[in-house]
Amino acid sequence: MNAANPIIEAFREQILHASNNKTKLSIEGGGTKSWYGNSNTHTKLDTRAYSGILEYQPEELVITACAGTPLKVIEAALKEKNQMLAFEPPHFGKHATFGGAIAAGLAGPGRISVGNFRDFVLGTRIMDGRGQDLSFGGQVMKNVAGYDVSRLLPGSMGTLSLLLEASVKVLPRPAATATLRCQISQEKALRVLNEWAGQPLPLSASCWIGNSNEEGQLSIRLAGAAAAIKAAVPLMSSLVNASEVDPQSAEVFWNALREHQLPLFENLAADQTLYRLALPAACGPLSIPDASNEIILEWHGQQRWIKAQGDEATFNLIKQLASSHGGHATRFKQGSSVDTSFQRFTLLSEQAHSQALELVQERLRSAFDPSGVFATKRLP
Amino acid sequence: MIPMNIMTLPPDIAAISALQSKLVSALRPILPEHALLWEPEDTIPYECDGLAAYKRMPLAVALPETEGQVAQILKICFAMKIPVVPRGSGTGLSGGAMPISQGLVLSLAKLKKILSIDPFTRTAVVQPGVRNLAISEAVAHLGLYYAPDPSSQIACSIGGNVNENSGGVHCLKYGLTLHNVLRVRGILMNGEIVEFGSLAPDTPGLDLLAIVLGSEGMLAVVTEVTVKLVAKPRLARVIMASFDDIEKGGNAVAAIIAAGIIPAGLEMMDQATTRAVEEFVNAGYDLEAAAILLCESDGTPEEVAEEIERMTKVLEQSGASGIRISRDETERLKFWSGRKNAFPAAGRIAADYYCMDGTIPRRHIATLLKRIQGMEKKYGLGCLNVFHAGDGNMHPLILFNGADKEEWHRAEEFGTDILEACVELGGTITGEHGVGLEKINSMCVQFGEGERESFWGVKSAFDPEKLLNPDKGIPTLSRCAEYGRMRISGGKLPHPELERF
Repeated sequence: MNAANPIIEAFREQILHASNNKTKLSIEGGGTKSWYGNSNTHTKLDTRAYSGILEYQPEELVITACAGTPLKVIEAALKEKNQMLAFEPPHFGKHATFGGAIAAGLAGPGRISVGNFRDFVLGTRIMDGRGQDLSFGGQVMKNVAGYDVSRLLPGSMGTLSLLLEASVKVLPRPAATATLRCQISQEKALRVLNEWAGQPLPLSASCWIGNSNEEGQLSIRLAGAAAAIKAAVPLMSSLVNASEVDPQSAEVFWNALREHQLPLFENLAADQTLYRLALPAACGPLSIPDASNEIILEWHGQQRWIKAQGDEATFNLIKQLASSHGGHATRFKQGSSVDTSFQRFTLLSEQAHSQALELVQERLRSAFDPSGVFATKRLP
Repeated sequence: MIPMNIMTLPPDIAAISALQSKLVSALRPILPEHALLWEPEDTIPYECDGLAAYKRMPLAVALPETEGQVAQILKICFAMKIPVVPRGSGTGLSGGAMPISQGLVLSLAKLKKILSIDPFTRTAVVQPGVRNLAISEAVAHLGLYYAPDPSSQIACSIGGNVNENSGGVHCLKYGLTLHNVLRVRGILMNGEIVEFGSLAPDTPGLDLLAIVLGSEGMLAVVTEVTVKLVAKPRLARVIMASFDDIEKGGNAVAAIIAAGIIPAGLEMMDQATTRAVEEFVNAGYDLEAAAILLCESDGTPEEVAEEIERMTKVLEQSGASGIRISRDETERLKFWSGRKNAFPAAGRIAADYYCMDGTIPRRHIATLLKRIQGMEKKYGLGCLNVFHAGDGNMHPLILFNGADKEEWHRAEEFGTDILEACVELGGTITGEHGVGLEKINSMCVQFGEGERESFWGVKSAFDPEKLLNPDKGIPTLSRCAEYGRMRISGGKLPHPELERF
């Protein structure tokens, strides 16, 4: 415990002050994802002062850092030792922080093959709404002492506690990679990707971009041992008539997908919203009336991006469509004229067998934050 | 550790028997006759789980056959305020399924159907009583398997695996139960049916599935599990490397990971273990080696060839005194047979063994092993060391004779010492076996009051009445205070005649 750290003491003071005055705090790092989640106007708690890598031993496959550490600093340290955050969390800006990435809980193209952020979080140090400095989990991969509170933090959007430090599992960078590309219909892409995923092939990521009912561009990333890639490239290429993309363009492409710098993500009209759909593998092509023609499918179709009108009726339609297939939808990013007070997420009460969990979630939050300092509703 | 005479006040026989009749008559209308046991000769098999030193008789045992029955049982117990201890196959090693004298044991063993298998989405939906290995066997013809493979996989149930977040020898590469379960359907103590997680990559709200995994039956009763299936590797080969010094072996583990290799399995055995198991399995182990490392590669034939070559080089550079590579599947299984049979081998050379489960950062493996050698002298007991070296999860097997109460007490003290050393080295008291009742006092060492209070907050969020397996996993404030006083006085209790806790 590092109770005397003045930065942490300042966090505690700010939390206790808010608690005493019955106000709320909106936790923020670099502000690169401030548009994500329900909007609020509460006072900011800025984490950036608490910055730095605390421990990194490559042979332990774990890095421990302060929440305010720039994500690029973490990634540079890992790259130097030929390691990485394998789930490729998006930065969405130069100043993204480690803590912000965890709170958002988002993952990039690699998520489909390696897992999401919570799969990699091993331990956290947090400050709860009473100003208590608490540590959960640790730096080891296997740990079942006590409830796994640390893994509740990814995706909690600052609504549970203030994250101070986290230990995250890292992986070696793949020995070799290759990217294949072909023109193929959405339906056929979904079929072939799921078939491949059930075979011992070094499939690492996929992305289909196109118009719903036409052929689109499928990009497939392979990663693993050099020999495995060498054997898989001709086999997989011949099945879908694909050609290999040169490594440099491939890297640019996967990075642009991860950072939402592809055209579909960039040109959001004022009255439009970028919707994110999270869907089961079994979900085939969806037809969404009124949606823009171009869509992007990632994670073998389990994450889909659609641009459409930002109004309530459209979101309701998309939510119903997603939930009828066993998934859910999010208003990921809204155009400048869309009402900022809209609920961005599917609610637990709108999901099957989740109604009782709404109360569980509420009690869980108040266990860590009885006076509601972090109850910004940024995540419902 | 907990003294043997533990936990409950002297039972008021008349009150217990009245409560038992009340519970039995409430449950009888909803369960078939054979699914409700209360006569001692019927309930005695349920008095303990895989940790046989901890025993207690429950009021009754219910063996529901449908999810609807589970929900009704919970509703009845909730209304009567009777605590419930869920139980899978009873193979747990931490007393997590030990009954409560005034409670019900809820066995999920009869819910053992595989409900569906979908090769296209690589998922299977199974009931909690399905054995871990039965899943892999049922999907083998599709070229798929369920990756987590705890050593007890032949017997342990998937419901139990969910509750303990079980690992296995391949979890370094393929992850724990947490990484291989997509959805858990369960019932809260008040009888409400809920679903954690989904077939989609994420769910709205907080990630409650993450906290239910490994929650030792304290948050919800699992009635259905959707698991992820993965492609069976085309080939697997294992390297068996000998080291004349434990430290060199420990360093080799770190060197392999530092070289950017994630082996499919990375296991270590000390000399005492290899000698004990060799007698049992005749695997051809190097009996002169201070430590043996088993290092597995799986994948396509090309991948395996490349990885075996890289791993061999690292092991040689790390000072391995001997290296053998399995030539075929028969030999691979032979190399593994000793590791997989460490527990029965321990059972053969000693009357009883006590298995610990601490995890430490890999770099401290040799340090901990040397400390354990010192403890063997201190407590006058032998110890076999087998462990998942790749993820630092140690399984010291302390050998003792359970018929000798004093020797069991020494074994417990030995175990407690090992766990405290694990915490001191930056690790944890349990990697995969769970806290249960066995390690509940060590929780006082690993966590401060604030963390323990938060755990109770989590518990109350799911089960405000604290009726679901309430005496496991998290120590109360007073238990930790008492434990602190006991440890301080060097194990000499002020009033040894009093029952503790």
